[in-house]
Parts: sequence; C-alpha cells; structure tokens
Amino acid sequence: MIGVIDYDAGNLTSVSTALRYLGCDFFVTPRPEELSRADKVIFPGVGEAVQAMGNLRKSGMDGALKEFAAGGKPFLGICLGSQILFDHSEERDVACLGILPGRVVRFPSDMGMKIPQIGWNTVDFREDPLVAGLPDEASFYFVHSYYVQPATEDIVLGRSEYGIPFTAAVRRDNVWATQFHPEKSGKPGLAILRNFIGL
Amino acid sequence: MFQKRIVICLDVRDGKTTKGVKFKGNVDIGDPVEMAARYYEQGVDELVFYDITASAERRGIMIDVVARVAERIFIPFCVGGGIRTLSDMKDVINAGAEKISINSAAVRNPSLIEEGASHFGSQCVVLGMDAAADREMPSGYRVVIDGGRKPTEWDMLAWAREAVRLGAGEIVLNSIDTDGVRNGYELNATRLVSEAVPVPVVASGGAGVPAHLADVFKEGRADAALVASMVHYGDYTVNDIKMHLDREGIPVRKTW
Repeated sequence: MIGVIDYDAGNLTSVSTALRYLGCDFFVTPRPEELSRADKVIFPGVGEAVQAMGNLRKSGMDGALKEFAAGGKPFLGICLGSQILFDHSEERDVACLGILPGRVVRFPSDMGMKIPQIGWNTVDFREDPLVAGLPDEASFYFVHSYYVQPATEDIVLGRSEYGIPFTAAVRRDNVWATQFHPEKSGKPGLAILRNFIGL
Repeated sequence: MFQKRIVICLDVRDGKTTKGVKFKGNVDIGDPVEMAARYYEQGVDELVFYDITASAERRGIMIDVVARVAERIFIPFCVGGGIRTLSDMKDVINAGAEKISINSAAVRNPSLIEEGASHFGSQCVVLGMDAAADREMPSGYRVVIDGGRKPTEWDMLAWAREAVRLGAGEIVLNSIDTDGVRNGYELNATRLVSEAVPVPVVASGGAGVPAHLADVFKEGRADAALVASMVHYGDYTVNDIKMHLDREGIPVRKTW
C-alpha cells in the first residue's frame, strides 16, 4: 500500500491517476499518523519551498516523513518533493527536511535559457532498479527553476543538462527522488512508477 | 538534451473535436478522448484542449472530457476556453489537467492571472494571446480577444510582459492572420514575444507542413509549436513532423 502525501503543494490528480492506471493500491493523506499504514511513500509536490515547508511543519508531516525515510521502506520524492528532501533551498532561503545531504539552487539567469525549464529532457541514469528497463534516450517531463546539488556525488542517480549540467535524480538507500514528473513522462515515466511499486 | 515540444491542439465543442478556419466555419472531426489517446501513442509531447462552447450550462461536458483524457494519457495537457474565475480553474485542474489557459478573460480581468499563479503556481497558468498585425501598435501587433472579433488597446509585447509580471508561466501566441491557413507561423511576432519574455513561448496558427515547425523553432525562437489541421486531417503524423525536425538538427523527443 502506497501512501501519497498531500500537503497542499500542487495537484495530486495526475499522480493518483497514474497509480490507478498501474493498478496499484494507494491512499492520499495529509495526516502524519496514517503513514504507519503505508509500506511505501510517494512525496509529490509543485510550488514553492517556503510554503511547502510551512505546511509540512504545521501538520507534523515533516517529522513523520523523516521517521518513515529512516525506517528503510521505499520512499520516492517528485519535483518539489525531491528538492525539499535536502538540507536547504535557496528559494527564499529556507531550511528543508535534511533527509538527503545537499542544497537546492536556482538555474543561473545568464545561461541563455528560459527559466523555468518547461518540457522534455533526456536523463543519463546509472544502473538502478528504479530505472531498470527504460528505453535508450528516454525523455522525461520537467517543470522547475531550482535544482538539487547533492553534497556527495555517490547519491546522484541521473544527470541531465539545461544550459548547465544538473542532477535530475538521486538515490540513497531506500530514498529515491526525481526532479522530473514520472507521472507526466509517458511510458518511460510509468515504467519508473511501476518499478517503484514493484520494489 | 532539452527538446522542442510538439503540441497538438483540439478545439472541443459540446464534447466533440471540431476545426475551423480563421475562427469560423467549424466542422466536427472526432471524439477528443480517443483522439488524445491516439496522439499520445503517436508520441505527441503535449496537448491543448480549447472549449469553444464555453457556455456555462455545458461546462460539465468539458470537465468530463478532461477527466476521461487524464485517465488515458500520461503527458501534460492544458485546457482553455471559458475559464473566467478561480473556481473554473480549480474544476479543470482537479479533473486532471496540468495547466489552464486564459485569454480574453485575462485581458478583461488581469488579476485572474495573479490568482491562478498564487493558487496553483505559475507553471499552471498559460496566457493565450491572439495577435493581429496592426501598424499603429509599437510592436506592429495588437492583442485581439473574443476569438479575434474584438480589438483591445494592448500592444502584443506590452501585454506579454505584463502577463508574465502577473505570473503567467508560459505564453501561447496565436496569430489571427495565419490561423488555419496552413501557410506557416507568424515568425516575426513569435520571435518578438520569445525575445521579450523569460518564459517559454508556444507558437500557434498556420502550421501546414513540418518545415513550418522548423522555421518557427529556428527563426521564430519558439520553445514549442502548436499544430492542428496538419495532423487532424491525416496529412502528417507526429512522427513525420519529428523526423523532419530531427533531420533539421532540432532536438525532439524520439522515444516514448
């Protein structure tokens, strides 16, 4: 049973629809105490880091997520839900969950690219069960102005490039996170969700 | 590699896809849900649905279409037409659309852009802008509304900048002069807007052959290009377009 975290950061319809399409059992919850029912967690999110962290602290979900991640069960952060797993975000200078080491920074405005990055980009992954069986040159859908800078290279799972090279996916132990939206990335995205469900 | 997006536009009237020329003379061409599913399989990068009925009592039909599309395709899609309030935006987003597009309603009530952006984030709010060539305007183009019928006082570039300042995360620029004519996009207007704003610009109106997309990506500096007639009537597939762009050295999504 997958718990999908609702903390009023963007719309959860597309994640729910994709999980339903994949025939997976899941529930959507804003309540920290319900995480005990989940054997996996998906932590989505679109929007702004300060507001998101505020919502998580108010409900006590911040502590519950840290506890869940520390418990060793599979955890998947998506987009903003990936960024705020790190220690700190440059987006209005906010302390984040600190589940993964590193920080979140903005794309430089002088690199001659539109910001936010909106659209499809390829990702080079290292081998991992989350990304097993993907077609060569698969593309994924990104919508973001900030990206993660892990403190240690060894947690980088996928790299991409948008004006500059950036980290598009990370993994440490049971915690995976993608900057792109697997639920909006066509069949390769669904394959990642299917892999996560099967972990 | 970051890729240029091919966006297919479906005009929906009373739950059916329809297609007109220069905003007039529409004919029904199919079921939007089935068409969306087919284009998804063909590898389109994004879809836009414009509700051209947009009469209040029929809103429910469109929301139902949106919900059924969301169950079938797992790529971003945008919905526009008849969205006048925050509550209209919520209905569409909750039904599963990634983005909403506002056009005439944003000109009449610019705070709608701000409300949408603060509620859902800028990435959800797309400004649809219809422009017509007009030598009296500083940029050479005037913003028109109500499907091209009503001129406004806005210069195209002034309105584009203002909409971005208010929180629009993307602009779909539709040229009234080229819409449905299939002689190519308005390259000059597209380049002007793309160079004037920091957000992605989607070119719309006039695509007839794949070379037109290559032109608008290169000369028009567009980030995405909207097509309709050229795929709806079976003249070209998404793959035909992508293969052409690939040969022209324009990065496109090739596996899906």
